[in-house]
Amino acid sequence: MFYYLIKRLGMMIPLLIGITIVSFGVIHLAPGSPIDLQTDLNPKINAEARARLRAFYGLDQPLYLQYFSWVRRLAVLDFGNSFSSDARPVLEKIGERIPVTIFINVISLILIVVIALPIGVISAVYQGSFFDKITTVFVFVGFATPTFWLALLLMIFFGVHLNWLPISGLKSLNYEYLSPAGMLKDRVVHLILPVFLSAFGGLAGFSRYMRSSMLEVIRQDYITTARANGLSERTVIFKHALRNALLPIVTILGLSIPGMIGGSVIFETIFAIPGMGQLFYLSVMSRDYSVIMGILVIGAVLTLLGNMLADLSYALVDPRIRLREE
Amino acid sequence: MSEEKLRYLFWTRFMKNKLAFMGGLVVAFFFLLALFAPCLSPYDPGDINIKKILESPSPDHLLGTDQLGRDVLSRIVWGSRISLLVGFVAVGISTFIGIFLGSLAGYYGGWIDSIIMRFVDVMLCFPSFFLILAVVAFLEPNIFNIMVVIGVTSWMGVARLVRAEFFTLKERDFVLAVKAQGARDSRIIIKHILPNAMAPILVAATLGVAGAILIESTLSFLGIGVQPPTPSWGNMLTSGKDNIEIAWWLSLYPGLAILLTVLGYNLLGEGIRDAIDPRLKK
Repeated sequence: MFYYLIKRLGMMIPLLIGITIVSFGVIHLAPGSPIDLQTDLNPKINAEARARLRAFYGLDQPLYLQYFSWVRRLAVLDFGNSFSSDARPVLEKIGERIPVTIFINVISLILIVVIALPIGVISAVYQGSFFDKITTVFVFVGFATPTFWLALLLMIFFGVHLNWLPISGLKSLNYEYLSPAGMLKDRVVHLILPVFLSAFGGLAGFSRYMRSSMLEVIRQDYITTARANGLSERTVIFKHALRNALLPIVTILGLSIPGMIGGSVIFETIFAIPGMGQLFYLSVMSRDYSVIMGILVIGAVLTLLGNMLADLSYALVDPRIRLREE
Repeated sequence: MSEEKLRYLFWTRFMKNKLAFMGGLVVAFFFLLALFAPCLSPYDPGDINIKKILESPSPDHLLGTDQLGRDVLSRIVWGSRISLLVGFVAVGISTFIGIFLGSLAGYYGGWIDSIIMRFVDVMLCFPSFFLILAVVAFLEPNIFNIMVVIGVTSWMGVARLVRAEFFTLKERDFVLAVKAQGARDSRIIIKHILPNAMAPILVAATLGVAGAILIESTLSFLGIGVQPPTPSWGNMLTSGKDNIEIAWWLSLYPGLAILLTVLGYNLLGEGIRDAIDPRLKK
């Protein structure tokens, strides 16, 4: 296991390097420059002032030098300062927003596992049943539903029509004056729609994956053997089939992380939630180079870590993986 | 089996699959809608009428009007052109890149394969929506740029698929035979292996159109995709959000159009897959 861990960590290094190259390349090869937005609308700016600004941000150096100095600073977790007027360190800006995003994503991941996996197992065990058909329809419609549209509909129904749930922000304006219990309730009602929406896409996907994984396993010889040995259906399904069917799901959970982080841009923007997704959207709108690069790198590294965690837990529960690698 | 026999089998299997057939119908419907938009839309999609601002659905305006008094139905009809255009061009680009890199990696193997596949791994690390937003940030938000950006950030799946197909196909006898005759690599790849790998690529492309339409509408909704006054389903939903408290029809109908189209392509794609190879049916 130790050997596997080392090997798996070693595989991350080229990926990390690749991530920095792509993040840097995407931003610097695209036309337009970060100072354009500061200078375009200013009639007083002349070529000389523009050159000074370029030199100030180090944009006058050759690309590879800019890249190396950027990576050297990344290595000590220096993401530079924001290009926006507050000029705060990028890491600080991202750091104060990341907990909200991770919190919402973890809650929805739990929600997905708790709801989607049982649905998948039941529709596989009772393949072709009414329940199976209903969930199949739900899955196809779920796949095709644009999250931001569903968000609008839910806001109209629960927020405007029924007036049950707030439709923006993380807390009410009078939050400071509420009792502790009131504060908790306030937080929860603000999170219901965002959490549901960030889980929504995953619900459809995972119930489908779980179903096909379970169907795959049920056809295997060892399940037939278990049945032939006279074990109860319950034991066969839960002890023999489910355990094996869960294995690929672990990997897919890891693979779904980038999608969830990417999706946070959408619902955080819609619900005005001050998380990393909203920061990214705002930075994109104001062409804040250093924040965009910082979030790209952090988003990719989070994904990398998620995948590694998934691989490790896979190896932990399935000895075949780590033995083959050794 | 002869080719006609195979084709016959494909069609009988495809037609028997009710869901796939429905998907095909929906796809065809939106195709015709886009093609005949000028004849089918009851009003000019850009016609501003300040006397008819935010009217709820009525016999005159079946799906209501927007904040400038424009007919929502007409704008949805014209919006279908944008969605289909973006969907097909973006998928064309991503499929081309995917086939190119995937066949190189699969055919040559070795270090070429390692480099290309590591690149794919790196690209997959980025939340794709982040990558798209980052690029879009520095480009003029217009329909051409959107198509290119969606294309160049969504080729990885096709590349992996093509590579896997090439790995199995390149060892087959018919490939070895043309190789022994001294055919050039490019000829073997394009003329002999690729046609045999087209089926899964077609499925991936059909599903890809659905994905590209979803991304375009999301970008347009966020204000960094297709810009008004050009009607796109995504930017129509932006005005839905701006008038969320008073005009539900602005939010409901354009989204329904997206949902139906995406559903159609997904069902069609899955249907083609099942019809090509029933063993894959889950």
